[in-house]
Amino acid sequence: MPDEAIAVRHGLQPLAGRLTPGGGAVTGVRRLSGGASQQTWSFEVNGTPLVLRRAPTSHGRRDHGTAGLRAEAALIAAARAAGVPAPAVRHVLQPEEGLGEGFVMVRVEGETLGRRIVRDPALAAARNVLARQCGAAMARIHRLPTRGLPPLRSACARAELDFQAGLHRAHGTARPVFQIALQWLRRHAPADVATPVLVHGDFRNGNLMVGAEGLRAVLDWELAHLGDPMEDLGWICVRSWRFGGGAARPVGGFGTREDLCAGYAEAGGQVDATRLHWWEVLGTLKWGIVCETMLQAWIDGSEPDLEKAAIGRRASEVESDLLALLTEGEG
Amino acid sequence: MQDRPDAPALIAAVARFLREQVLPATEGALAFQVRVAANALDIARRESLLAPAAAQQEAQGLRELLGDATPTDLEAANRQLCERIAADAMDLSTPGLLAHLRRTTADKIAVDQPGYDRE
Repeated sequence: MPDEAIAVRHGLQPLAGRLTPGGGAVTGVRRLSGGASQQTWSFEVNGTPLVLRRAPTSHGRRDHGTAGLRAEAALIAAARAAGVPAPAVRHVLQPEEGLGEGFVMVRVEGETLGRRIVRDPALAAARNVLARQCGAAMARIHRLPTRGLPPLRSACARAELDFQAGLHRAHGTARPVFQIALQWLRRHAPADVATPVLVHGDFRNGNLMVGAEGLRAVLDWELAHLGDPMEDLGWICVRSWRFGGGAARPVGGFGTREDLCAGYAEAGGQVDATRLHWWEVLGTLKWGIVCETMLQAWIDGSEPDLEKAAIGRRASEVESDLLALLTEGEG
Repeated sequence: MQDRPDAPALIAAVARFLREQVLPATEGALAFQVRVAANALDIARRESLLAPAAAQQEAQGLRELLGDATPTDLEAANRQLCERIAADAMDLSTPGLLAHLRRTTADKIAVDQPGYDRE
């Protein structure tokens, strides 16, 4: 076992009694994913499958939008209590426990890989209900009372647009299509919503745990913030998350906009199609700017993996998507 | 003049080597990296074949939009186009702009991800 896994097991063992009734030996500790700053570990206590999400060292300055793991734990718990499929949080790490900042939750079994969710024959029935379930989960998130939630940044359309425009400017790339998209977004930006709601911020295929019967859990709450509810609906429609699912299934490659919106309305949400389209355009551009950011990290040497270089060549897909979105209905 | 194989043929040979010889001998994260590497070589090969003609077309399109003083350097010309758009001197209703953007984007996609627009 690598040294870090041993250290994690030693850190978790004293918590075992709090993680599952009666406690027991911590076994099967293995790293699932994550970089140096944030990690996900899988383990068991007395047969109960659990997940540790942690940042080994807490860093003072946070990236744009990152709520922090402690806040993430509180949001997951609040959402779950409101009927959103989400993992049960068993413990929030305390400083004296020596594991850094983070929390332990029950490991939900299922599929998270976008491509398999779109293609796996075993998930065919799930695909029929998934968009509607996602819509319902979003409505429940957006209806959560914001009082009592941990402090979160607040950003509606214009703030988010300004932030993305600044990132793109900093990259210094000359991309006429991005510039046209920024212009369109500026000219069509909806007014800030009167009452910003809790927005998941990264609700898309790739952050969903899916089983044969459908949505089991909404994962990765670290980009949650207060804002325009249509942001979540637009983001899940962005083509990059369709994993080849095609134009007929724009929602994550598995469902239709009609089902997403029907699920949203059934759970008490109110769809604004014009706003939703604006956020889909912004989301598409945002993914393109993420591609630029990853390429930038490769160019400056901070992320030397070849994959980051290759992602730089995916920005052209976004240009193609943006032109299609901005000229919809014009043939 | 260089001898055969030319650059596109060499790149294709290395991509084939990665897929047929290296990939079956790897697994997990390394196998993923090998796939990424082979795909990157495919992009490089298509670029070496297609980019010269595409760049000429793009330069011509930029000259038509920006006029006689258009920089000959493609990046500088694109930057000028971006500045005009940012200043609201141009938008999608500007004659020729949308057609130019569609053409250059289609040319880039033909190198980066052929078939993407048919998905």
